[in-house]
Amino acid sequence: MAIAQTFRTDPRTGLQYDLQGEALIKANAVAGVVFLLIGGILALLVSLTRWPAVHLLNAEWFYLTLTAHGIDMLIFWIIFFEIAILYFCSSTLLRCRLAAPRWGWIAFGLMVIGAIMTNVMIFQGESSVMMTSYVPMQAKPGFYLGLILFAVGALIGAFIFLGTLVIAKAEKTYEGSIPLVTFGALTACIIAVFTIASGAIILIPTFLWSIGYIEHMDPLMYRVIWWGMGHSSQQINVAAHIAVWYAVGAIVFGAKPMSEKVSRLAFLLYILFLQLASAHHLLSDPGLSSEWKILNASYFMYFAVLASMVHGLTVPGSMEVAQRRKGFTKGLYEWLRKAPWGNPVFSSIFLSIIGFGFLGGISGVMMGTEQLNMLIHNTLYVPGHFHATVVIGTTLAFMGLTYFLIPSLFSREVAFPTLAKWQPYLFGLGMYVFVLTMMGAGTLGVPRRHWDIGFAGTALPYEFPGAAYLMLALVGLSAVLAVVGGGIYILVTVWSIFLGKKLESGARSNRTTILRMPVAEAVEGYGGGVGVLEAKGTFTLAMVFLAAFVLYYFINWKYLSEVWGLS
Amino acid sequence: MSSVLPPARRVWWKEPVEKIELVWIGLAFIWALILFFMMPYWHVFGKQNLSNEAYRISPQQFQAKTQAMVDQYTVRTETEQSVPVVHPPAGSDIYLIARLWSWWPILELEKGQSYRLHLSAMDYQHGFSLQPENVNLQLVPGYEMVVTVTPNKTGPFAVVCNEYCGIGHHQMVSRMYVTDGPAPSPAPATEDREE
Repeated sequence: MAIAQTFRTDPRTGLQYDLQGEALIKANAVAGVVFLLIGGILALLVSLTRWPAVHLLNAEWFYLTLTAHGIDMLIFWIIFFEIAILYFCSSTLLRCRLAAPRWGWIAFGLMVIGAIMTNVMIFQGESSVMMTSYVPMQAKPGFYLGLILFAVGALIGAFIFLGTLVIAKAEKTYEGSIPLVTFGALTACIIAVFTIASGAIILIPTFLWSIGYIEHMDPLMYRVIWWGMGHSSQQINVAAHIAVWYAVGAIVFGAKPMSEKVSRLAFLLYILFLQLASAHHLLSDPGLSSEWKILNASYFMYFAVLASMVHGLTVPGSMEVAQRRKGFTKGLYEWLRKAPWGNPVFSSIFLSIIGFGFLGGISGVMMGTEQLNMLIHNTLYVPGHFHATVVIGTTLAFMGLTYFLIPSLFSREVAFPTLAKWQPYLFGLGMYVFVLTMMGAGTLGVPRRHWDIGFAGTALPYEFPGAAYLMLALVGLSAVLAVVGGGIYILVTVWSIFLGKKLESGARSNRTTILRMPVAEAVEGYGGGVGVLEAKGTFTLAMVFLAAFVLYYFINWKYLSEVWGLS
Repeated sequence: MSSVLPPARRVWWKEPVEKIELVWIGLAFIWALILFFMMPYWHVFGKQNLSNEAYRISPQQFQAKTQAMVDQYTVRTETEQSVPVVHPPAGSDIYLIARLWSWWPILELEKGQSYRLHLSAMDYQHGFSLQPENVNLQLVPGYEMVVTVTPNKTGPFAVVCNEYCGIGHHQMVSRMYVTDGPAPSPAPATEDREE
């Protein structure tokens, strides 16, 4: 290929953007934000319907909206943004050209066409099958076809990422090993390939079934393979947003991993064990043995949980060490008090880490326990849990990264800085309350994906306790807060990118500069066994986390021991 | 910036690990083992486990087995649809059908007695959600799940569908009764249970 490569060096961060790669990063990030906007409007409609006193939509529209919300958020918003992150972590961080940019545009085109097709099918009606589209409930063929096209595009994107790693290695644009953040992105990419393969194995036959070419789809087989995609795709998010956590630690504090080895091994554990977590969704299913469930649902002895607990310590731990090096050494928490709480890049990430660990992590392990799952399966607890992981964990982390990318990638000043400063708190804390009250309602038995828990018009209605109604009202209220927070994010982002003040975009060159190992820092650097408990504050926080985890876990066993005998 | 740069030392994998990390990994690993062993432990010592018993079955076969139970043990009917309330003998095999959008029939059980509860879905997937106990099981068409249940409280319970099954999903709700003893108003068949 005889395309002249041009690079731009961002004067604020020193990052080097390949202009063709940069255009693709921008396109994917913007497409992601468009779907976040659509998904956010749908989120408001769904939660205002589940708030019993408001009960906004009729049943038909509720189920339609909920289907579209799930797919637009969990698949389209997140994966578009993740493709942007993959390109950024390869070509930008490794200072090299992006592999096959033309294929990048083909991938982008397929993803856009697929996403629009699936949305059109849903909004035409007759495809309100929820994100899971459990057979034998059937959507229109275009529903599955759109998802397949989108997945093919995402798969091409994943291979462009891998190709870019090969180019960087071959053209020697970096020394030594790839940075930890790129390693995290590589983890996400490998899981993505596995995920998309599972998706193809199940969605292609389902598509053929929907056009009448295949006569019968076994619903249990569908569940097993579909979740190979459905859960694994959330593990792409985990790997990607943890890479973002590390990146922000580096951006804001100049932090480096406490130990490269530990952080990388933890990512490796994700590749080895996260996929097994798909079994979580099948714990209350017939026909699968307890041995299979226990082995898989424990992520094979909880090695992936171990990995998340490691990241949960090392990310804030590395921030703490960096802050202490700067002189914030008083007591356990001066480093945290003096952190840049007014900088949305940091505040988003900190809220993301705490919410992901305390709300998403603990609840996930509880509900992923074979027997305990019976207490919450298909209740509102389940969406409560995954809004903690995917919204607080992933979306909030991506929002934080966006505030960094606006000046660096888009060369624009962040518009409405005061709004941007408060946005993570409004969105993040709104989601904290949302998640907690959703899990509360689920604990009281409120089903998920349910239009009317008052059962109006039925002969033998069940009356949920008053507390459940209170919880649902709080779910609705906090959803409004979070949607306002999300709206501010979109306003700030879109305004900044298209109307914001232009910044100096930096010198252009058709040569790359090599990414060198930070030798000077290595001399006085930490890492490599300083031998003292330097991150005392983080360690204390981790012990609080562990205590909460143990307590909550055994409280649920106590609950379980009080219900009907089952064997 | 450092996590976004290559590791400072080329041979980073030979660096010793921070002590704080080692301590935390140790604690987390012990906790992970406890999490793991709680599940087999509960299978041996706990009283709430999901059975591994399940069969492939056609909706027609399941319907026939349920009908046979209803014919034999119905004690009364409820609602305008005359849903039969069935009081089967303790220890027997009992059946519950999930279909668009109702549960059939209504089961009446006795506290402290065990029953082999057979569950299956006739059409789409459904969710068996027993309230306010909050026990939730997945029902998949073509599969019959058999769970031995032992009610430990009396009263009316609700059976709610908690797997989305189409536009009437939220109307799929029924009852299950647990009484203190055998059926109070004996209908045709309670011959094997005497007060």
